Amino acid sequence: MALLEIKNIKKSFQDLEVLKNISLKVEEGDVLSIIGPSGSGKSTLLRCATMLETMDGGELIYLDEKAAWNNEKGQSVYAKKSDLRRIQGYFGLVFQNFNLFPHYTVLKNLEDAPIHVQKRDKKEVRSECMELLRRMGLEEKANAYPCELSGGQQQRVSIARALAMKPKILFFDEPTSALDPELTGEILKVMKELAQEHMTMVIVTHEMSFARDVSSRVIFMENGYIVEDGDPNEIMVNPKNERTREFLSHFNDNLG
Amino acid sequence: MSAFKMFDLMSSGMLESIKIFFLTLIFTLPLGMIVAFGRMAKCSLIRNITKLYIAIMRGTPLMLQLFVVYYGPYYLFKIPLTTEYRFYAVIIGFVINYAAYFAEIYRSGIESMPKGQYEAAKVLGYNKIQTFFKIILPQVIKRILPSVTNEIITLVKDTSLAFAIGYVEMFSLAKSVSAAQTSMVPFVISGVFYFVFNLLVAFVMGRVEKKMSYYKI
Ligand SMILES: Nc1ncnc2c1ncn2[C@@H]1O[C@H](COP(=O)(O)OP(=O)(O)O)[C@@H](O)[C@H]1O
Ligand SMILES: [Mg+2]
Repeated sequence: MALLEIKNIKKSFQDLEVLKNISLKVEEGDVLSIIGPSGSGKSTLLRCATMLETMDGGELIYLDEKAAWNNEKGQSVYAKKSDLRRIQGYFGLVFQNFNLFPHYTVLKNLEDAPIHVQKRDKKEVRSECMELLRRMGLEEKANAYPCELSGGQQQRVSIARALAMKPKILFFDEPTSALDPELTGEILKVMKELAQEHMTMVIVTHEMSFARDVSSRVIFMENGYIVEDGDPNEIMVNPKNERTREFLSHFNDNLG
Repeated sequence: MSAFKMFDLMSSGMLESIKIFFLTLIFTLPLGMIVAFGRMAKCSLIRNITKLYIAIMRGTPLMLQLFVVYYGPYYLFKIPLTTEYRFYAVIIGFVINYAAYFAEIYRSGIESMPKGQYEAAKVLGYNKIQTFFKIILPQVIKRILPSVTNEIITLVKDTSLAFAIGYVEMFSLAKSVSAAQTSMVPFVISGVFYFVFNLLVAFVMGRVEKKMSYYKI
């Protein structure tokens, strides 16, 4: 059973066709990197998968539960609210610009949703969240506010916040793009550790060496299509597709 | 007559002014939020009605609105005017007027919230009500505090308009004492009253702002 199955997603903004019939399966333990030029629809794909955008057409299935399917006209129809609410719990999303809640302390950012959305036991949640912060090296920041943290620390908090919900699959949309170059390393390290623990992840990234070394699978997107989908070494070291090769040539320094 | 005696004569009016102020505020703060939601409603009928309401409330003098609320029932339905109703008319007039101003402040605050806060809340599974009350509203309050302070200061001074429909608040007493004693002192006293009242408002609001400064948006 695939954790996530996307079938024939179509999405347009007004006249602009952003996703043109995209299909994709994510299996448990996959670490999938999505690469491609800016404007190719990577974020839109992630936003459709996390239901922040509604798809025009196509199916969205988490663990065999249908969040959306096609009607006879080929338009997406979404499941009823209570089903979507449950399905929502299967995934987490880490944003490019963190989107932490500025009026909550670090600890409250982590534990509020598990307590008030998932209705889990407060004490248990508290100790799990403290453990997560420890793993992120942010234990002593538990009572700080997001504005008191560096960008890298904020992004680690937002990863911990997503993990506190115990998602089965975690999406990242360019998690290091808003950070100063010297801070990207700490985030990539955390993600690498998660990969080693077999966390299922779908990562939109411009960090090519990370995509090559850490992911189990790479997708190259362009113009609303998936151009290539396969083993990172095959795609990134010896790209066969002309477009992929052209795109990767801009990153040769990184891949060195 | 000594200034102290004059102050004494005016003190019951001061209490009335303070009463108008607090009652208006208590009803306006939540009502303004409801109006703001109407103004942002998906349903265009509700949105346009609210828009018209706000436009009228902001586009016509509060004094005129007080006249309409007070005399309207009498002229339209021949309902006799009572002293009791005069007080209600003052509160109703102030509340419907100020709710329009507060609604616009709330709306600007809500619309200034970054989309990412809603999205983060949605992905974490918060429902709409939780998202609004836990995530959005506290930040909106912090954002709009300076405009709210301005509006409250204006309200303090506007309470004197109750005088226009014959409600005996501080300013009307000032005027009658001044006329009876041919003295400027009652006006000075009333000026000091509004000034001190607003100093207190500024002080309290400053404390609230400080209390909310533990985080940055
Ligand atoms: N909400 C939106 N409204 C209109 N156009 C959008 C919106 N979101 C994205 N787009 C457009 O869709 C295209 C793909 O965007 P995006 O998915 O963000 O690409 P990527 O993440 O690969 O850079 C871009 O041309 C972008 O301008
Ligand atoms: Mg993007």
